[in-house]
Amino acid sequence: MKTVFFWSVCLALSLGAARVPADGVFDQYRDLMGDDNPAVFVIDEGEELWFTAQGPKSATLEACDLGLGSGVTAGAYVRFPRYFADTNEVMDVEARLVHCMTTIQGRDLESVTAKPYSLRGDLGTEIEALVTWLAAESEGETIAPEQTHAAEREMYVLGEEIFFYRAGPHDFSCATCHEQSEMRIRLQSLPDLTSHAGAANAWGSWPAYRISQGLVRTMGWRMRDCFRQQRWPELQMGSTTSIALQTYMAVNAAGGVMSAPGLKR
Amino acid sequence: MRLAGVARIVGLSLVAGSWTSAAEDIAAVLESSFMAKNQATMARLQQDAVQEVCSAPRGTPVEETVLSELRQQRLDAVVLPADGVFLGDWQRGAEVAGNGRGLQSSDDPTKPNGGNCYACHQLAPDEVAYGNLGPSLTGYGARGQSEPMLRYTWTKLWDTHAYNLCSHMPRFGAQGILSEQQLRDVMAYLLDPASPVNQTKQ
Repeated sequence: MKTVFFWSVCLALSLGAARVPADGVFDQYRDLMGDDNPAVFVIDEGEELWFTAQGPKSATLEACDLGLGSGVTAGAYVRFPRYFADTNEVMDVEARLVHCMTTIQGRDLESVTAKPYSLRGDLGTEIEALVTWLAAESEGETIAPEQTHAAEREMYVLGEEIFFYRAGPHDFSCATCHEQSEMRIRLQSLPDLTSHAGAANAWGSWPAYRISQGLVRTMGWRMRDCFRQQRWPELQMGSTTSIALQTYMAVNAAGGVMSAPGLKR
Repeated sequence: MRLAGVARIVGLSLVAGSWTSAAEDIAAVLESSFMAKNQATMARLQQDAVQEVCSAPRGTPVEETVLSELRQQRLDAVVLPADGVFLGDWQRGAEVAGNGRGLQSSDDPTKPNGGNCYACHQLAPDEVAYGNLGPSLTGYGARGQSEPMLRYTWTKLWDTHAYNLCSHMPRFGAQGILSEQQLRDVMAYLLDPASPVNQTKQ
């Protein structure tokens, strides 16, 4: 069965290569995969981790409030990034998870944040698995990040400003690649994140299983890797820049549909 | 390298106050959000005058005199090849055009940087994996090798802002991304009649 699948993908890729742009090939690959996204295993792992007692307090994450009340996971992801009164901060899902791990489970901040994203060849991290499960818990929901608190609206404005901030030896900003539609780097299509359609497509499809890496990647990782390519230093998980840019993207995406975990090149 | 004077001029010249540079605040936010990694140092987050002026969100009006002054500054700062030789080896230029590595935290700093021209431009018609953020340069050599053409192309590669302020293209010479010899080689890749860039599709 696996062999048949492999060859049908190869056939589709070779047939497709002659006339469609590269993303068309991956669209076909996605169609062939149907619901068979390898991310399902990561979703299961994330769910298991949520209910596993860990840390000095030997607690599960069931008391974690993702904004909809303690332990409510269904539909929580699509409201991020959002303001939390208990920390007086706007947080993304990753930052909120870290907060719950350190407070509820009593775990050490440094060890929890030491390696949020896996390297090539790794099996995937705890954060990646939890975020993937939480995104799946919002699958099919409308993207609707909170913008009621002033801090949330300020975060959007900051995100927009950072989006256009050019720096580094190549003068790159996020906007260099992501402020026009139907653009490509080599054959890789680039979403226009200043538009609703582009932002909704991007925000709604991460976390995603990266076929080329054999791993599920989160939006936090995606942005860190963008900045690596921008020749900037390394973006830190849960940082203000990360949350501001995610707010900019999520608000531009509002009204779109969460279809993560996606399947990407 | 920040030119505070330019920043002030820009801040004052913005129409209707729709956008004011909060660069100072942003600098603090960025400082707390990134960590140096290998060759990608924190100093890279600091903007020079071009980067600061060109960071205004799309559609934000900036006074034309500010733009033309900065453009002239960039033009004045262009360094032409000392020996007057603009053209190198198109075959080596092809390697530079196809190489996307260099200056990333993940790159080996002992290896030469690439120009990554294909990320954004179509060049040789047989190469199908080209991006479209920049215009197609296929057949660029048809423009000939007159002195003005050589100087124009060199300047464009050295510092695109000398002609087109706030272009998306990197400043390959001015920022030290490519060496003088690499620039000569890319020049040849663009302009040599024997280069694949100037052949018709096979």
